[in-house]
Amino acid sequence: MLQIISLLVENKPGALMRITGLLSARAYNIESLTVARTLDPDLSRMTIVVDVDSTLRQQVIKQMNKLVNVLQAVDLTESPAVRREMVLVRVRTVQETRTAVLKEAEIFSARVVDSSIEGFALEATGDPEKLDEFIDVMRSYGEIETTRSGVVAVSLESKKLKLQPPVLTEAR
Amino acid sequence: MSTLTNGAKMLLECLAREGVDCFFGYPGGVTLPLYDAIYDHHIRHVLVRHEENACFAAEGYARATGKVGVCCATSGPGATNLVTGLVDAMMDSIPIVALTGQVTSKLIGSDAFQEADTFGITRSCTKHNYLVKKLEDLPQVVHEAFYIAASGRPGPVLVDIPKDVFQAQGHYTPVTSIHLPGYKVFTEGHTGQIRRAAQLMCESERPFVYAGGGIVAANASAELRELVELLDVPAVLTLMGLGALPSNHPNFVSMTGMHGSYAANMGMTHCDVLIALGVRFDDRVTGRLAAFAPHAKVIHVDIDPAEIGKNRTADVPIVGDVKRVLGRLNTELRAGLVGQASTPAAGLQTRLVPPGDVGPAAARQAWWSQVRAWKSDHPLVPVTSDSEIKPQHLMMEIDRLSAGEAIVCSDVGQHQMWAAQLIRFNAPRLWINSGGLGAMGFGLPSAIGAQFARPDKLVFALVGDGGFQMSIPELSTIASNGLPIKIVIMNNGYLGMVRQWQELFYNNRMSSVELDCFPDAEKLAAAYGFKGRTIDKPWELASALEEAVREPGPYLLNVKVTPFENVYPMVPAGGAISEMVLAPPQPVAVPK
Repeated sequence: MLQIISLLVENKPGALMRITGLLSARAYNIESLTVARTLDPDLSRMTIVVDVDSTLRQQVIKQMNKLVNVLQAVDLTESPAVRREMVLVRVRTVQETRTAVLKEAEIFSARVVDSSIEGFALEATGDPEKLDEFIDVMRSYGEIETTRSGVVAVSLESKKLKLQPPVLTEAR
Repeated sequence: MSTLTNGAKMLLECLAREGVDCFFGYPGGVTLPLYDAIYDHHIRHVLVRHEENACFAAEGYARATGKVGVCCATSGPGATNLVTGLVDAMMDSIPIVALTGQVTSKLIGSDAFQEADTFGITRSCTKHNYLVKKLEDLPQVVHEAFYIAASGRPGPVLVDIPKDVFQAQGHYTPVTSIHLPGYKVFTEGHTGQIRRAAQLMCESERPFVYAGGGIVAANASAELRELVELLDVPAVLTLMGLGALPSNHPNFVSMTGMHGSYAANMGMTHCDVLIALGVRFDDRVTGRLAAFAPHAKVIHVDIDPAEIGKNRTADVPIVGDVKRVLGRLNTELRAGLVGQASTPAAGLQTRLVPPGDVGPAAARQAWWSQVRAWKSDHPLVPVTSDSEIKPQHLMMEIDRLSAGEAIVCSDVGQHQMWAAQLIRFNAPRLWINSGGLGAMGFGLPSAIGAQFARPDKLVFALVGDGGFQMSIPELSTIASNGLPIKIVIMNNGYLGMVRQWQELFYNNRMSSVELDCFPDAEKLAAAYGFKGRTIDKPWELASALEEAVREPGPYLLNVKVTPFENVYPMVPAGGAISEMVLAPPQPVAVPK
């Protein structure tokens, strides 16, 4: 079953490699991964969707929490969280179907980000299942090309973030 | 204001402030600036003959002292040669800092001469690693590396330093604080769980202690001993834990696991409370997990939260430094006892005997009788012979000379198991071996590190004829430094452990396990300028070992033993530890 892991990590070279390395070492395939800075430019928020054996899920989270650059790794799969994804779709349309495509886009609250004689570029956000449907519908109008962002998620529970205080050394 | 210095000197200054007195390495192109700074520095650099052995030597140093061991290699091949040692240190939680040179910053990523992505390659074989890009970062990184290596669950940390960083000029500012917001070290242990553990221990009818390398890493031997004595509970140690409880302690049963004793593994199987301390329920200890300690409630104390529940669910999980947790547990137990009676021992009895006489005290007595019966029914009896040297005989002789006090650095294989079964250790940090990784070639170089760390100690490098040949170049390091290491080769002419498995599980089809053409030990040692000898008669053994120990310098003793001896008891791979093979199957009598 797909697992959604949310991580708060130090924005340092190699941090991403350490996290994905834990997954690849166990031969887990990553479905999607997003990463971007947080309000604090020294930190990044990462959302990973990955297929992990249910018996090993806890272990994977614990291993991630052990990484020096990881401040927090939490499993959002079954906890209250909002999950959203964005897709960009380029759909080729003929003159007769342009209106229909725009109507469908409206139903999915997609925005037109480019329009040309050949067709449209559309932007839609929502939960991944809704985007699957949107893509299916657009495909029925002709040749399409898509780019998905991967899931980003935010927990609806306030999780206490315990940061380690600096360790004073005797002037090393 | 400090004087202008360069990166290489700054690095050595950091090492000195970390208390490093010697380190092990091999120079190369990009570490030239560092070696130029070492030339007249007070920290001793030990030139090994292969980088892998620099890493093993640093481990030997760390294992013998508990201090952080340091090794150093150049970029590219130097760094890649460290990998086996890094994984070894990772598996056995040994604190080492590996320093590697890297090509000049501008050339990184250009496939420059002797360039390798050391940072990427060593990501998975270190606890943490760094690539230093600016001189200003160097002191902070080096001190962080030492802090990470030694704190929490110890492990290897690698610092990759480009040549231009070694050469850059700058002012050294002492580091006064280390801030790693995501680095979580759990030490105290949960008070409620510690109470529950104490309660469970007191109520238990068949308690059993299973302690391991975590006790050694935490320097918690005294606390372990106190717990074992307070509860008067039988205790087993893992391969990594040997010495954590003195081998002659009355409560010590033996090593546990695949080649542990019958009593140890039966104790694990039949106990009702398993007190697991600084252990990770390794597959070589548990055998088939489903059949492991099936009746036991498990109290598991470990500093690494990821070890709790990894292989076996803990009924009472305690994440913390085993030294502190045991200290608090002992206080808890003592407090419980003092209120009951004047003497602790009597207190335990009073407390445990409920109305009637079938309660824990009586049950505990029965349990001890059972454990003693298992021990006497199937003891670890060394096999000896009048005509040939049995490997076990060799271990008994080493044990006699060591009397529990010598450092024994073992290689990997049959000799390692016999040594673990039969050689006694009065204290931790005397038994040094590659437990988790099982890296052949470890014995000789780790003995170099151990002897540098403990010049006062008698150090045996106990190796097989296979592993010895993997690290044979280090004879040169031993000779050049005049290290009085006693190299004892248990020479059976085979890769014994692989041969044993081929015999037992592959119809005795001995594929690529015979090691012929072994060099003449006397000539080999003489070629390096020290003494050596080969023996193959049991009556020569005692005097030859004594001669080796008497020799002020190094000594190479090649002991030719019975080639086809197998290590027993043995739990076949995937088997339950209660289903041990105790002795070789009796040969079927063939009618003449």
